[in-house]
This record gives sequence, C-alpha cells and structure tokens, in this order.
Amino acid sequence: MSATLRAGDVAMDDAVVLADTPESARGSRPWQRFRHHRLAMFGSAAIFILVLATVVGPWLIPFDELHIDIRNRFAPPLVGGHIFGTDQLGRDLAARLLTAGRLSLAVGFSAMLISASFGTLIGVVAGYYGGLVGAALMRFVDAILCFPTIFLLLVLAAFIVPNVAMITLIIAATAWMEVARIVASQIATLRERDFTLAAEMLGASGTYIMFNELLRNAIGPIIVAATLTVARAILLEAYISFLGYGIQPPMASWGNMLNNAQQYLGSAPWLAIFPGLAITLAVTSFNFVGDGLRDALDARMDIG
Amino acid sequence: MSHDDKPTACDPSAILEVTGLSQWYAIGARFLGPAQHLRAVDNVTFSLARQEVLGLVGESGSGKSTLGRAVLRLIKPTSGRIVFEGQDVTHMSRGQLRPLRPRMQLIFQDPFTSLNPRMTVGEIIAAPLVIHQKGMKRRRRDERVAEALTAVGLSERHARRFPHEFSGGQRQRIGIARSIMMEPRLLVADEPVSALDVSVQAQIVNLLLEIRRKLGLSLLFISHDLAVVGHVSDRIAVMYLGRIVEIAGVRSLFERPRHPYTEALFSAVPDTDPTLRRERVVLKGDLPSPLAPPSGCAFRTRCPYAIPACAAAVPELRVVGPAHFAACIREELELRSAGNR
Repeated sequence: MSATLRAGDVAMDDAVVLADTPESARGSRPWQRFRHHRLAMFGSAAIFILVLATVVGPWLIPFDELHIDIRNRFAPPLVGGHIFGTDQLGRDLAARLLTAGRLSLAVGFSAMLISASFGTLIGVVAGYYGGLVGAALMRFVDAILCFPTIFLLLVLAAFIVPNVAMITLIIAATAWMEVARIVASQIATLRERDFTLAAEMLGASGTYIMFNELLRNAIGPIIVAATLTVARAILLEAYISFLGYGIQPPMASWGNMLNNAQQYLGSAPWLAIFPGLAITLAVTSFNFVGDGLRDALDARMDIG
Repeated sequence: MSHDDKPTACDPSAILEVTGLSQWYAIGARFLGPAQHLRAVDNVTFSLARQEVLGLVGESGSGKSTLGRAVLRLIKPTSGRIVFEGQDVTHMSRGQLRPLRPRMQLIFQDPFTSLNPRMTVGEIIAAPLVIHQKGMKRRRRDERVAEALTAVGLSERHARRFPHEFSGGQRQRIGIARSIMMEPRLLVADEPVSALDVSVQAQIVNLLLEIRRKLGLSLLFISHDLAVVGHVSDRIAVMYLGRIVEIAGVRSLFERPRHPYTEALFSAVPDTDPTLRRERVVLKGDLPSPLAPPSGCAFRTRCPYAIPACAAAVPELRVVGPAHFAACIREELELRSAGNR
C-alpha cells in the first residue's frame, strides 16, 4: 500500500488534489472478506434466525411453555399440533425450546458484554502501564486461568442462589481472562507506536491515550474474542443447568431440558435431540462467526 | 550570541537552553554484573534563540532524535539541565509538563506511524483542543480544524477522511497541522522530510518555514541532509556519536568548516552538476559503537587528520570564529568548505 502512496506523491504537486480513489474501501474490505467466508455467513444467518425465533416465536406458537397437559404426554413430533412433540408433563417442546433459547441467548450475550468490558478494562490498563502494574494484573489473570472452569462454576453455583443474573455473572467471571490477555498484548504493541508518543506530546492523560487513541485500534480482536465468548457462555450455561446448578425448573433452559430428557432417552428421544441441536447450532454459529471475523479483521490481510 | 560567548552562556532571549545534557541507556544489565551504558547523547550544550532555526545534523545513530526527544522531555535525561522559556523542565513530571505541552511540539519523521490509523484527520487535528480546551464547543472546534487544514495546504473536506487515504506528503501536512494547533513557541522537527520523496520534501520544508514566519516560533530542525538543513537554518549544530562537534551560523559553517567531520559531511552532499569533479573525503569504516566510544576525540578513528594527541582527551567546544564553535584540537587545519569543492 505504501508503495502506491509514495508513487502518488510524485504526481502530487498540489497538496489539495486528493486522490479521489473509491478506496475508502479499506473500511469495507473486511466486510467483503467476511461475506466470502461461507461458514461465517451461515453462522450469521443461523444466529439471526435463532434470535428472531426466540424473540418472536413464543407468541406465534399456540401453546404456553408451562401449560401442563397430562393427556398429551410424550406426544411425538408433529402429533396434535406439537411440532417438536411434548414432554413428560405434556408441555409443548417447541414453546419450551424457544423460551429456553431466549434465556440461553440472553445469558450468553449478557455474560459476553460483562466479560468483554471487564476484560478490556483490565487488558488496557495492564497493556498501557506495563511494568509492575501490568505484570501484577497479568499474573492475576494467569492465576484465575489456572482454575478449572467447570469446577469453579460448580463451586460458585453451589454457594449462591441460582437465579439468572447470578448465573450470568458467574459465567462472565470465568470468561473475561481471554479478552484481557488479547487486549493487553494489543495495547502493549500499540503504545510503542509513534501516534501514542504524539498524543503524549500533546499532553494527553493516560486515560485519554488508553481509551481515545489505543482502544479503537484493538476493537477487531475484542469483537472476535467477544463473539467466541458468547459461544462459550451458552455452552457453560447449558453445562451448569444440565448439572442442575443453573436455571431451575419450571423455567426452561437448553441445559435443564437436556437434564430432564435423560430419563426418557429411550422412549422419547426427541426431548434430548431438539435441545441438543439448538445448543449445537447456537454454539457452532457463534464460533463460525468468530472465525470469520478473525479472518476478516486481520489487518495483515490488508497489505497488498 | 556574541563572539566570545561560550555556548553555555545564559541567554535571556533563548527559548531553550540545554546544558550538559546526557542521555544514557543501560544495555544488557545482567544480574550482579555491571551494565554497559549506551551514550546516545553525551554532555550536549546549546541554546536556541526565539524565532531561530537551529539545524541539527549527523549520521544515523549520532543521537539527533534522542536529543530532540530529550529536550521535549518525552524521555527523562540522565543528567544535565533543560530550560524552556525560563522554566527548568529537567525533572518535571508528566503532569507538570502537561500545561507546557501546547507551547512545545514535535513533528515526526514517519508520517505513516505518527497518525492514529483509526481516527479521522479531523479527530487527529482536534486532539490538542480536546485535551487542553475541554469546554470548547464542537462547532468552534470544527472551525479551528478547518483553519488548520487550510493553513497547511489541505482542505476542510479532508477532515472526514482517514490517514491511509493520504500520501506521505499530505500525511506530514496533517502532522504539522496537529502540532501547530496550539500555536507552539518551540517546534522540534525530527527528520520531517526524510521519509518523503524529493519532490515533496521542498514543499514540506517551505511549509515549515512559512509556519515559522507566521507564528514566529523557534525551530529545531533535525536532519541528516546538510543541503536541506543549510537551506532552512540560521545556525547548524553537527553531531557525532552523541556529541556536538561543531556549532556555527550557516554562512560561517558552510564557508569555513572547522571540524573534519563537518568537512566529510559537506563532501558527501551530492552534486547537482554531474560535470563537476571534486575530491571527496570518504570516511573509512562505520560509526564506532556508542557502547565503547574511542578514547579522546570520538571521531579520531575515522578522521583523516588524526594525530596521537587526539586520543588523549575529549575535545571541548572552543571558539574558533565569530559565534563559531568546534571541538577539534587541530585548529590550524584548512578544511574544504561547501563552496570550494
């Protein structure tokens, strides 16, 4: 890129003449790359549909997810207007799946927002100040990473009242370290660049440099990490709910639906299959999108 | 500065006075071992008068940029004293320096890394206002940005674009616009044109001179290109291995260089006339390691006029003519000037 700019210089006698290349396109080049990433596009579509279905879906289905109908227990899919069948209490599985999805996705997104914000904050401070502060913060991150996540989750979950907000917080608490590490290394590189020195020269405060100058250059990796965090958060929520420490019945979550389905695996396999598929779809979709974003936002690909 | 003044003399009209400034870096400090010191800048003394342009030349590694950054207190000097507009800034903290920043600014060498790639040109140029005049209305800020863009030969509509959409010369103009936003009194230009094409260099140099005239600011112009420095400066300081070896008015220096290193630099300036034949002073070898500089005069290892006495002691800057100082013990030498070559 620099070669073309330098070449442009020679012809540039009048500085006001700006090469009016339609190449404000570097802003859109990542988007082009993303669009060509098939799995990522599939993931985006799947996420869009999942979100739409879980938000709007429960109103469109003529059954209440908590309505017990003993006469229609274990109705197989497509019987009696139940698209995905019913469970052991005759509750409509489709309605439960969608309200559960609403909860699971909400927990996933909220946990992502909390962990990404906190991780970014820690990472920016550690990366910018470096030295003793940075080392202390990053060793703290390493220490937390040493805990096996699942056991940490279970221990925490055993001590607190399992409501949605608490579970979200616990999941966020185990997921922020990744973001912190990525951001810290990014910021540490960026702070050595001349434009940081320029800001310092202007008399900018540390806060200004961190949040006005450096952070915007690290947005790409943060978005990627955040997207992958959603996938992990959904999975973790399913995990702890499956083990019975998470979302409590009768409220439905994909995890506790699976838990419930265990006993009927032979007689009513659809009780396990549909929540399982939902989890798989959501998690892989977020992972695909994360991968696609990683490729698309990789600045090294802009050279050329 | 009058004839017999030592360059150390306190000058009330000076905007910047640097006395015995050293910038050493500890290299390869080992556990329980003595660290080696890289003397990037070693005992440098000079002053810069108001509205003066002081050129600072020397080859790469001579400590020019380090000196420039040290006088702006972007780094903390190892020893010495820096007085800016009568205030001793040598030991000031970042917070103490903050109110002084609008009055001292830096222009960077590399216009490709000194602008934040994710900020629009408008945001970049408005940064000094955002930092120092927090209460300023957005509209007024936009006006000031437009004015600054016009002043450096760009146009108002460029404010919404990003740095990567500009050429090197234009980016350097953006950098200049940012640094003159707060109307500084002192501008340090750290090789402002060496990353640019020759055709653009002249434009940027002229822009800098025009700005200096308009704002009446003092300029420390760092470059390895004697031709450019000679065109821009009132006085020139020649640096070699972290020390100033000669400092004089442009005329005086070009007419009669008094340090063999300056002579060698002149002889390296390319001729514009290919039919002209001249004898070149070609320096042998590389710049010695600043980790272990030669004893005595640091230049003696490459100097065609070196005598055994050169190894004895580090030569101090001495008066060799009107406002002309050189650090060479062989004052009797008749060195070739820039003109008669």
